[in-house]
Amino acid sequence: MSFAVNAMLKSPWVFHLSTGSCNNCDIEILDCLTPRFDIERFGMLLVGSIKHADVLLVTGSCNRKSAGRLKTLYEQAPQPCVVVAIGECSLSRGLFIHSYNCPVPLDKIIPVSVYIPGCPPKPEAIIGGVVKLIQKVKGT
Amino acid sequence: MAKSVIPIGPWHPLQEEPEFFTLTVDGETVVDMDVSIGYNHRGIEKLSEMKSFDQATFVIERICGICSTSHPFAYTRAVEDVIPVEVPDRAKYIRTIIAETERIHSHLLWLGLAGHFLGYNTIYHWVWKLREEILDVCEILTGNRNNYAIFKPGGVRRDFNMDDIPLVLRKIDGIIPTVDRLKKAILDDPVLHARLKGIGILTKEEVIDYSALGPTARASGVAKDVRKDAPYGAYDRVDWDMIVTENGDVFDKVVVRVLETYESIKIVKTCIAELPGGEIDLNIKDIPPGEGIGAHEAPRGETFHYIRSDGTNRPARHKVRAPTFMNLPTYKATVIGETISYATIILAAIDPCYCCTERMAVRDVEGKRLFGGPDLVKLSQEKTARMKREMGMP
Ligand code: SF4
Repeated sequence: MSFAVNAMLKSPWVFHLSTGSCNNCDIEILDCLTPRFDIERFGMLLVGSIKHADVLLVTGSCNRKSAGRLKTLYEQAPQPCVVVAIGECSLSRGLFIHSYNCPVPLDKIIPVSVYIPGCPPKPEAIIGGVVKLIQKVKGT
Repeated sequence: MAKSVIPIGPWHPLQEEPEFFTLTVDGETVVDMDVSIGYNHRGIEKLSEMKSFDQATFVIERICGICSTSHPFAYTRAVEDVIPVEVPDRAKYIRTIIAETERIHSHLLWLGLAGHFLGYNTIYHWVWKLREEILDVCEILTGNRNNYAIFKPGGVRRDFNMDDIPLVLRKIDGIIPTVDRLKKAILDDPVLHARLKGIGILTKEEVIDYSALGPTARASGVAKDVRKDAPYGAYDRVDWDMIVTENGDVFDKVVVRVLETYESIKIVKTCIAELPGGEIDLNIKDIPPGEGIGAHEAPRGETFHYIRSDGTNRPARHKVRAPTFMNLPTYKATVIGETISYATIILAAIDPCYCCTERMAVRDVEGKRLFGGPDLVKLSQEKTARMKREMGMP
């Protein structure tokens, strides 16, 4: 394991990106930060810029206006950067699959490492997903 | 001094939704602003026209995660207005209880975020911890933390389990002391007074000009609230007060929301105590051709839905107008003339919800706008004339 990956696993900083969601998934992510769930105890911190982030949390159904910008943002992220798709919308577009404004699912635009299903996933599920991601990278 | 432009967004740490602000500033003072939305547009109206009346409630719920009661409430009322029918009493009470618990959690959510915008993260964490209790109440009552899936045209989908009611009451009573403390901490804090009083003032005339709604209007002394003006659900059967304050600044908007939380707690408790028995659903099978409108006072103001049915099992037209659509333009009145440091909290003060508000514009490949405001007005007038002709009206 490289030094960068090892350091990242100690304290993965997350950046949150909504690409056409109903807000609920985004609020559940914020919920993870607040006292009941408190993911900061695992060293996870929500940061304000993609350039500081190790993990990209993507919610929403990637609509036409967001999709291109999402790609640009992903390219700006320092590597290694893992992408976590949160919620039914970003997995498969969910309810919005027939919408004229949501042409392709997220994993056709950028590579996705972890999928967390649910509409919205509970904060426990989000934390569980990120923990699985850490285990996967560590190879345990 | 030369003017400069500050771009904010589309993804910025301030709000969880994407939107793009451009603030034109002269030194420290904001002289102009513009907002560009559309990052959340999912074409809900068209999607809902693809679904049956029953299925559409699930799509409508997902217009906005915070208002996942308000939109279905207005939508089901619109469908019931087409038929027209009155839902059973028990369903009315259940709807009211869910709508008010949603208002409590929405107001708390805003209060926390407002603290966050001010850099007062203690309030943010404190309030969101409290909000979890209300989400628990929602989960106990409906089975879901958000997106309750409990509304359906003609009633509600699930009944409460009466064994859970004592626990719900205990949880609601349990939050009152914390809300009390919160009220004191926020309303008596000299720092917050200094930061919030007298900034972002929206006058009564401006509220009327912009047709602002909800707490934004009530904080400026305009007493409008659908729950009082045209009562529905159980709102006319319980005793509650409309909170109206006079100054229209950000501080008053905080006051209105904090005090409304108490009113909502009161409504929930009364409704639970007086919950009548009986049916919860009318089992509506067919929707006749016709038109219907439905409104509900969402936490941010009046949500309005319009349904046209052509006798099939799908809405022929579904129109949604969310409160933020009316409240957003008031930025022009509030933010201009203030300094940048106040801009964030003023922008947040109307409790904007962009997912509800999303509209779209059609452009050609070069990016030229094909439909501007005047074109849309012309199209709309032509459509009205055509419909009048078809219906044989003069
Ligand atoms: S997955 Fe569900 S809750 Fe999450 S953004 Fe999409 S519609 Fe909303």
